[in-house]
Amino acid sequence: MAIRDYIRERFMPHIWCPGCGHGIVMNNLIRAVENLELRKRDIVMVSGIGCSARISGYLDFHTLHTLHGRALAFATGVKMARPELRILVPMGDGDATAIGGNHFIHAARRNIDLTAVIMNNRIYGMTGGQYSPLSGRGKAATTAPLGNIDQAFDIADLAMSAGASFVARTTTYHAVSMIKILEKAIMHKGFSVVEILTQCPTYFGRKNRLGSAVDMMKAYKTGTTPVGSEAKKEDPELIERGIFVEEDRPEYCTEYENIIKKAMGVH
Amino acid sequence: MSNKTLFLQGNAVCVEAALYAGLDFFAGYPITPSTEIAELLSLKLPRKGGKFIQMEDEIASMCAIIGASLTGLKSMTATSGPGFSLKQEAIGYAVMTEIPCVIVNVQRGGPSTGLPTSPSQGDVMQARWGTHGDHSIITLTASNHQDVFAMTVEAFNLAETYRTPVILLFDEVIGHMREKLQMPDPEDIPLVERLWTSVKEGTDFHPYLPREDGRLPMSDFGGIHRYNVTGLIHDMWGFPSNKPDVAHGLMHHLVDKIENRVHEITRYKEFFLDDAECILISYGSAARSALHVVESRRARGEALGLLELQTLWPFPAEVVRKRCAHAKYLLVVELNMGQILQEVKKAVMDPEKVFLSNKIDGTFITPTDIRNVLRLIQGKGV
Amino acid sequence: MARTRIIFSGSGGQGVITASIILAEAAALHEGQNAVQAQSYGPEARGGATRADVILSDEEIRFPKVTQPNILICLTQEAYNKFSWIIRPGGLLLTDSHFVIQERKVDARQVEMGMYKAVMQEIGRPIVFNICMLGTLIGLTRLVRPESIMEVLEERVPGDFLDMNRQALELGLSVASSSA
Repeated sequence: MAIRDYIRERFMPHIWCPGCGHGIVMNNLIRAVENLELRKRDIVMVSGIGCSARISGYLDFHTLHTLHGRALAFATGVKMARPELRILVPMGDGDATAIGGNHFIHAARRNIDLTAVIMNNRIYGMTGGQYSPLSGRGKAATTAPLGNIDQAFDIADLAMSAGASFVARTTTYHAVSMIKILEKAIMHKGFSVVEILTQCPTYFGRKNRLGSAVDMMKAYKTGTTPVGSEAKKEDPELIERGIFVEEDRPEYCTEYENIIKKAMGVH
Repeated sequence: MSNKTLFLQGNAVCVEAALYAGLDFFAGYPITPSTEIAELLSLKLPRKGGKFIQMEDEIASMCAIIGASLTGLKSMTATSGPGFSLKQEAIGYAVMTEIPCVIVNVQRGGPSTGLPTSPSQGDVMQARWGTHGDHSIITLTASNHQDVFAMTVEAFNLAETYRTPVILLFDEVIGHMREKLQMPDPEDIPLVERLWTSVKEGTDFHPYLPREDGRLPMSDFGGIHRYNVTGLIHDMWGFPSNKPDVAHGLMHHLVDKIENRVHEITRYKEFFLDDAECILISYGSAARSALHVVESRRARGEALGLLELQTLWPFPAEVVRKRCAHAKYLLVVELNMGQILQEVKKAVMDPEKVFLSNKIDGTFITPTDIRNVLRLIQGKGV
Repeated sequence: MARTRIIFSGSGGQGVITASIILAEAAALHEGQNAVQAQSYGPEARGGATRADVILSDEEIRFPKVTQPNILICLTQEAYNKFSWIIRPGGLLLTDSHFVIQERKVDARQVEMGMYKAVMQEIGRPIVFNICMLGTLIGLTRLVRPESIMEVLEERVPGDFLDMNRQALELGLSVASSSA
């Protein structure tokens, strides 16, 4: 199918600003699904609230646009009810780790078969540029006019320690390898997390004088390095990208099928 | 009715009734005094191939049942006051997206952590207006185990009929008390199943296009039709819209589908109303004490009656107005500071004849409490 | 039959609530009576004061709580001190002599029984103290037949423990008859 066959034209134009990285992520999500030859009717997309969450409406899957932070909780209900469906959960950094932080760590702990795609632009875009748990110390935001004193999360570390069985990080600059990572994440049986560094030139870029969208993407090229590379040892400031964890662990819905068998055997 | 008699806690009766109604999915979080519902379902649901999950919090439980229900499963959660507060945003989402589900609130004393192990009926208004924005909601209650069963089944039926969340307001007394339940046989009580669309695969499907009668035939999520569900104001395709006519139409559809059918949704019981000079109006556990007073006074020849409300929302104002028109005075008996009292005052022609007998200290209202108020109204002093 | 209002009181772990449920269930399911059982809940899982109310009647039971019991069972001194004054005049106050000293006269039949002592001597397992107490209670009051209690126990108690429970029930009955 062509890319446009996955898009609901009725929804266009989209709400994203010029230069926003979310379109790259949406494009690559479509390509990953296309490459995997998945049927549209087998895919459910569940999202919360925020710029990133709007992806669900734009794509011709079963799409559930829910409440701020709660996408994974809704997705858990859908997955438990229909384990055969593939569930993609596009989220923003605030959506996933601030208001939805509890659902995020518990979905990871359960290792329920959902694919969380976290678009980390380090800011609340839809509400106009407030700091998020990923903004980091010293950064500027409309709610941190004097500099942010909040420490930032490391989403990959958080996901790994909470128990996610697939954890990866990539950026909008690394669009080609992003497709492969998304394919692996979608096919992984268990809770998979893909953190995608994505530019918000309108708010995070402008507030922090990071230049244009192109400048911000170039910074993803120079500021990141493949996981386990020598470069990281020389420059600890570099952010690692690639797949951090990919393990087979008991998946929640499969485990629950065993509970049903047990329950039906007991009287 | 079968010969099968059970002796159960009210919470267990609610579980039996939910399973009878076809419950497939439950998500919950432990909270007194509702926890027994989750405990029982964690075993009983998988036994019938259903699913149970204890979520990380109350919000997640509410969200999970909405997700499961959208795929076609009859879904329920259970909680008490503090958890009910947390669920409110997601209850509004179910209202907006027209996803059927049942929320059990076994009420305890509040506000805040309040009196976790004591009875209260303090969440009547929260059931009505807990979530933000204009909306309508269905809320049922019951005073004895046979009715807990009937109203729980009714909650599922109404949720499916109107594609809306339905709240069951029980309380600590009903939830924890044990009494007999005459277990209905399968098919004793008709069950309403979800209305599915007849639109074939490949044909343009409008998930949010109601029929003439207001009912909404939808396709199960994950099935042959792909559509968008959103908590934003949406058009008949489920696409967000900020057009005034779309917003106006959706708001009226959501409210009218319930408010225009009050007579179909209203359930109540009446005792000795026809010649009653004084009518007690009560509901839930408090109606037990009220009925005790009415029966004992009737035995002495006094013209007392009881109107027991089972549907609290939409409020059956017409029933109250018509059935109580002849009474000299009305006495609302409830375990809060007058939440239904105000509705009764709004409903009747002469609100000055409406009085309140209540209890808010964590103890259960006794027949003596009610008699004392009656004596005051009758000018006999206490 | 008149309405019988019973309060079981003691401390958590004595099986007070279980005993109240067994009695109510026996009356409701095996003797065609109406029964309501309710208990007060405290936050403690073990220990702490426990109270369970049972009402038995041939008629419908509306008000489910007991304010003035016809029958009051106190299995700790604390419960006795707290509740003994609310007994209905002419009622029955049953205590266990191992746990409670009845310090004052009330307008009721006051019965002190060595139920705990009997259980420890004859069976050696405090876990069935509550069933022995039930045996004594129905021996004194004839609220329900022992067979009805046994029917409930057969439903609730695992097979291995059934004999011990039967023994405790009979022991309780004999304790009651020894007082007559």
